[in-house]
Amino acid sequence: MAYTVRRPNLTFWEKLYIPNIIAGLAITLRHLRKMLAGETHVVMQYPEEKWDANLPEYYRGAPTLVMDQHGREKCVSCQLCEFICPPRAIKIKPGSIPAENQHAKVEKAPEAFDIDMTRCIYCGLCEEVCPEQAIFLRKDYAITGESRAEMVHHKAKLYELGGTMPNLVHKWNPDK
Amino acid sequence: MALLNDIPWFLIAASVAKTLFLIFLVVLPLVSYTVYAERRVSALIQDRLGPNRTGFPISLFGFKKDLQLVLGGLGQPIADAVKFLLKEDFTPGHVNKVYFWMAPVLAMVPALSTLAVLPFGNYMFGQKMVVADVNVGILYVFAIASIGVYGIVLAGWSSNSKYPFLGGIRASSQMISYELSLGLSAVPVLMILGNLNLSDAIDYQVKNGWLLLPFTDGKLSLRELLLWVPVLISFIVFSISMFAETNRLPFDLPESETELVAGYHTEYSSMKFALFFLGEYAAMIAGSSVITVLFLGGWHIPFLPVNTLESSMTAPGAVLGLVHITAFFAKVAVLLGIFIWVRWTLPRFRFDQLMKLGWLYLFEIALVNIFITAAILALVR
Repeated sequence: MAYTVRRPNLTFWEKLYIPNIIAGLAITLRHLRKMLAGETHVVMQYPEEKWDANLPEYYRGAPTLVMDQHGREKCVSCQLCEFICPPRAIKIKPGSIPAENQHAKVEKAPEAFDIDMTRCIYCGLCEEVCPEQAIFLRKDYAITGESRAEMVHHKAKLYELGGTMPNLVHKWNPDK
Repeated sequence: MALLNDIPWFLIAASVAKTLFLIFLVVLPLVSYTVYAERRVSALIQDRLGPNRTGFPISLFGFKKDLQLVLGGLGQPIADAVKFLLKEDFTPGHVNKVYFWMAPVLAMVPALSTLAVLPFGNYMFGQKMVVADVNVGILYVFAIASIGVYGIVLAGWSSNSKYPFLGGIRASSQMISYELSLGLSAVPVLMILGNLNLSDAIDYQVKNGWLLLPFTDGKLSLRELLLWVPVLISFIVFSISMFAETNRLPFDLPESETELVAGYHTEYSSMKFALFFLGEYAAMIAGSSVITVLFLGGWHIPFLPVNTLESSMTAPGAVLGLVHITAFFAKVAVLLGIFIWVRWTLPRFRFDQLMKLGWLYLFEIALVNIFITAAILALVR
């Protein structure tokens, strides 16, 4: 059933439309004046002023791999992030820690770890799912490149972006 | 000098010189910088900054950084022009090619042609600063300005696609509707002036004060005071009709980006689109010039001496002539500013509201206004 929309009863001045036009013009003029006087501060002039100082704590930037405080890679190449990644941006080739390392045979490590940044949607599910707290979304937001190949972050680049993050779970330390 | 004016080739050369000065040194730069002003003012009104940095992209040629001059955004029109010239001029396969190519020209040419009869300055070097000082002045303006609708209608029709078609149809009905009130609202002014020649219109305003501000000659008679009322009504109706005639918001229904993608020029690209764009702004300039000439005293500045044919040959006369030309374009620039200001304030009318406003209100007001003016002119001497 059709229903009628009640139209507001306008006064003569409102029907004349002109007073409202003048009021509107006054509003835009006020905004113009405030911008010219420099009283409005809403614009961030991007290349000169960066977001970095203003990013919130929960900001999800580029996914990165992190090392623990002893410089060991935390990732054990369980591939959970690869499986959960909705756009399938992550490709992991599992491997083992080299035999000359003292931790060889203690854990596994990724031989190759690629994140395709042209596919990544910054959802953070990889960080969520990681049992080893090895992958984190850091605050890098300007990920650029001149080719598709350049937009794939390999393992070295991921560790460079990620840096170190002390363990919350002391898996390697029997005393704690 | 008067002798020289009788020689045909001198007249032709003087007209060509004035045309070149008007088109290439004044109007086209004014058009491009109106576009820039539009972008800057719209940005400032919306609490943004707009184009405030335009550099030369020399990093394309292997330099480390782009060259940034102190121009700020003032280089933007140059960059826009270069972009339009270098873009691919794409003609879709489904268009009617002849009319598709003709339409942008028809949008630009009438807007520039109207400027021919507009006196943009006082006497200078023994020359009246108007390209063609014709006696049908204002009629010529209306006649040529209404050709402008053909460009839009042809563009909409020849594009052979739905949105341009709707835009073209809207343009034709809108511009024909508002032509009426535009013409009728000018009639009271012409009755007061008693003349169609636009140079004589300014001479009248120099002697008796501007029509909109009749006290600019220092005195205000009863007749002027009474005539002020119809002139004011006439000015408002004329300005509103001019907004509709030049397809500016709140009457930009042929283009209406939110409903019709881009209206009549949806299928156009590169320089053909730019011609529509420039045509719109040139029409704005022509419209503002007509308002300036009819209501705001043209190039006249109150209490400043006026050149005669003889005094314009002297050096002070030339300076005064330049001052008067500057005054004319300053008034035009102020009106253009109002055009822009209104555009970024008001939302678009619905189509039936637009038609209702044109036919039920502006048309009648303009018509009644003619009778009011006639009565005042007949009764008060």
